[in-house]
Amino acid sequence: MFQYSLILFAFSVQAHKEGNPQKLLEMNGHTAVPHSYDYDLIVIGGGSGGLAAAKEAAKYEKKVMVLDFVTPTPLGNSWGLGGTCVNVGCIPKKLMHQAALLGQALQDSRKFGWQFPEEVKHNWMTMTESVQNYIGSLNWGYRVALREKKVTYENAYGEFVQIFPLATNKRGVEKLYTAERFLIATGERPRYLGIPGDKEYCISSDDLFSLPYCPGKTLVVGASYVALECAGFLAGLGLDVTVMVRSILLRGFDQDMANKIGEYMEEHGIKFIREFVPIKVEQIEEGTPGRLKVTAKSTKGNEVIGGEYNTVLLAIGRDACTRKIGLDKVGVKINEKTGKIPVNDMEQTNVPYIYAIGDILQDRLELTPVAIQAGRLLVQRLYGGATTKCDYVNVPTTVFTPLEYGACGYSEENAIQKFGEENIEVYHSHFWPLEWTVPSRDNNKCYAKIICNIRDNERVIGFHVLGPNAGEVTQGFAAAIKCGLTKEQLDSTIGIHPVCAEVFTTLSVTKRSG
Amino acid sequence: TRHLHFSKFIGKPEYDLLVIGGGSGGLACAKEAAQFGRKVAVLDYVEPSPPGTKWGLGGTCVNVGCIPKKLMHQAALLGSALKDAQHYGWNIAHPVHHNWSEMAQAVQNYVKSLNWGHRIQLQDKKVKYFNVKGSFSDPHTIRGLTKGGKETILTAEKIVIATGGRPKYPIHVAGALEYGITSDDLFWLKESPGKTLVVGASYISLECAGFLTGIGLDTTVMMRSIPLRGFDQQMASLVTEYMESYGTKFLKKCIPTKVEKLESNRLQVTWKNTDSGTEETDSFDTVMWAVGRAPDTKALNLETVGVKTNSETGKIIVDAREATSVPHIYAVGDITEGRPELTPTAIAAGKLLAQRLFGQSSELMDYDNVPTTVFTPLEYGCVGLSEEKAVQCYGSDNIEVYHAYYKPLEFTVAERDATQCYMKMVCLREREQRILGLHFIGPNAGEVIQGFALGIKCGATYPQLMKTIGIHPTCAEEITKLHITKRSGLDATVTGC
Repeated sequence: MFQYSLILFAFSVQAHKEGNPQKLLEMNGHTAVPHSYDYDLIVIGGGSGGLAAAKEAAKYEKKVMVLDFVTPTPLGNSWGLGGTCVNVGCIPKKLMHQAALLGQALQDSRKFGWQFPEEVKHNWMTMTESVQNYIGSLNWGYRVALREKKVTYENAYGEFVQIFPLATNKRGVEKLYTAERFLIATGERPRYLGIPGDKEYCISSDDLFSLPYCPGKTLVVGASYVALECAGFLAGLGLDVTVMVRSILLRGFDQDMANKIGEYMEEHGIKFIREFVPIKVEQIEEGTPGRLKVTAKSTKGNEVIGGEYNTVLLAIGRDACTRKIGLDKVGVKINEKTGKIPVNDMEQTNVPYIYAIGDILQDRLELTPVAIQAGRLLVQRLYGGATTKCDYVNVPTTVFTPLEYGACGYSEENAIQKFGEENIEVYHSHFWPLEWTVPSRDNNKCYAKIICNIRDNERVIGFHVLGPNAGEVTQGFAAAIKCGLTKEQLDSTIGIHPVCAEVFTTLSVTKRSG
Repeated sequence: TRHLHFSKFIGKPEYDLLVIGGGSGGLACAKEAAQFGRKVAVLDYVEPSPPGTKWGLGGTCVNVGCIPKKLMHQAALLGSALKDAQHYGWNIAHPVHHNWSEMAQAVQNYVKSLNWGHRIQLQDKKVKYFNVKGSFSDPHTIRGLTKGGKETILTAEKIVIATGGRPKYPIHVAGALEYGITSDDLFWLKESPGKTLVVGASYISLECAGFLTGIGLDTTVMMRSIPLRGFDQQMASLVTEYMESYGTKFLKKCIPTKVEKLESNRLQVTWKNTDSGTEETDSFDTVMWAVGRAPDTKALNLETVGVKTNSETGKIIVDAREATSVPHIYAVGDITEGRPELTPTAIAAGKLLAQRLFGQSSELMDYDNVPTTVFTPLEYGCVGLSEEKAVQCYGSDNIEVYHAYYKPLEFTVAERDATQCYMKMVCLREREQRILGLHFIGPNAGEVIQGFALGIKCGATYPQLMKTIGIHPTCAEEITKLHITKRSGLDATVTGC
């Protein structure tokens, strides 16, 4: 087993932009002897996974460096340290979702006796500024945390270059770093359609949360949770929203639940254009926002339609940032089609000293807590002598659509596929949150469903809830499922009254019974 | 075995089961028994409160407890939401004002719909309903009296007492009965209670004071000693601390001595501050007593049939099968001694009882690890042992307490104070680290705790919880990330992702 002398070159922003490489600077303390490295661990990507791993490694007094760099969006947008979740994902998403929920709360409050003038309007800039200020504080907090833990941080784009046998540097590099081990945690970026006008006129979730003007009448292209969550809060803020869907909603999620989410959104004013894909985007008028014309073609025939919008938000998927970081140079295999990196159950790539975590992993969930857990456990195994591997089974998640959806375990279709329809029992019930009664909100939309394995003591293998605070509800059930929850235990647990979650302690009607 | 007690009426009793009390426990028991094809009757009667308030079928929870309480709590939360909304970009023109009458009417209408719903349900399940006040004539005979004094005699093979409790009045305080109200009246007031004094330290007191403050009323809580007796005291302090910063005034270590009516119709309350020894006074529009609840067992005539009660509390003594000292007479719900006073436990106990009596079941009610939530302005949810109880049972060396101060994401942009947002997990220290108790203060505490209560029922251990991946971003996920122990003395504030 021979060790590669893996040398990582880091380009500064400057060098990249100008295309004017500087001369090679000092190779920091590099010698031909493979045992002496600049760092024990270099983490490429300062997002959820990368930062968690870096901070954990610092606890073991390892010399760690984090390289984080944000390639600006086609429209020129960029952000600070923290990765997708903090800057253009979970955090701003949930805050804007909260803004939309508060809009609904305002309406409800009148029914509860609150009185205030009729016209209530939403100011996009006020919200966005507050959200961006909070994100800024998180960026800052991360920088401070890294400094305090003595983790070196470079706001630079990291790329691998294999040195064999000696370091010769023909490319202009700003700095050069060596490490015993590397952790790739570069995450993903939104995909574009590849149609005329997409990069010039469309925005993505990378732009939405810091948009310096109200997006106005918006077309959201896509059926992912990113698409539906964004469409959801934009509509909640009072905007005219249309969602263009190529085929099904929330691919990979329980389709029964996905359809209920779509129905609810439609009933609450969001328009859906199904089975169409955009083929071109043209600008009618410049402005903030401007006016765009979208032409779309049916997936089922030759029908072509056109529509006018102020903003077009593309949310058709995300691509892993693995193609331009020199992985080929060091022999790290990636899935050529998806760009994702296959790893073993210890997050190790095919190159023993190179690991990967987070959204770039093949066949793993794209979730912040998963990346964090994987990162921490990996480091504990590397430096702390631990053996615990990341448990990817029964990871709970929540989609923050207007009607929130929390889930843990199997979808109904996956359960049927894996265990056979005769071996599973599905218990379900609609419920009416008490808080919805007085304002006369829908009494048959909130829904609870559990899937049990009849052959295994009616063990709960799937948990699904559609209703307010779905995340808060689901979390505890995920813990219970991890403890091997059965239907009997569920039934013998006393509910807390009056809350939504208690519906799960009294589920008795099966789908089978009709 | 059938016990033949002397009965005025020879022959088969009219009903298989007679339930006295149409509240959470009583209705659940009756409906379950009817499922087995039994002949069942429910007696429900509401003795008007001293100021004259009364209500329909459904018991405390539906009419003067959980339901109206949570709705009014929601009204108060929406008041906070209105403030938050402005930070999130919603332009609400001032002034913003709360109209009690509009809220009360909406709440009362909903409660009435529930009363109606319960009557329909009983009809559907072929349970006979009598709106009469029941008392024992003999072990198998109940005498029912209507409001007008008309008498009905009912006989039953088995009888379940589920008459619940009513608020206590501090009758030694002059003017308490004449001028004060209780939770029985608060939810049915047509006009705003105005400047209110709530006397008591129970969850009823704090929850009511909490929502009154939230809808903009000048509210004071008078407590004799500690808040939320029986609950984890660290958590209880955080609850009251939040309420104080939220605007509720507290008169601690004070006991009322008299209530007088002023010419203006306001109430003058005089009290003794037991700390300073001084007497103080102030005027209020409303004085609400929340000094405890007691069952109205006297009216039942239990001595006639020999059903034993606790002489101090008046509650009915039952065994693990909910049986009283008289074999064919049972009791469920708030009226039973030593049981949690909660709707879901009454319902579960009632159902299981019916299943044991008329079905083939032998399953007993499990009263361990019953989760609950106090719906104060900052909610407190818990399951299992308090820290002090755990220390008492196992010794402080044998328990580990993991804790964290956290900030709900929604509080950030809203610039809300999260000082009291806190959670702690009390575990056994030995290898497995089984979880003994979980305590959470924060928004939606009930939603957060419910699933974890399930986990605890499954014998959840600290390592199992740590293996559970969090849902991001939520408050509940912080529970799966608890790692700082009290023992370590380290700062327990959660920092960033």
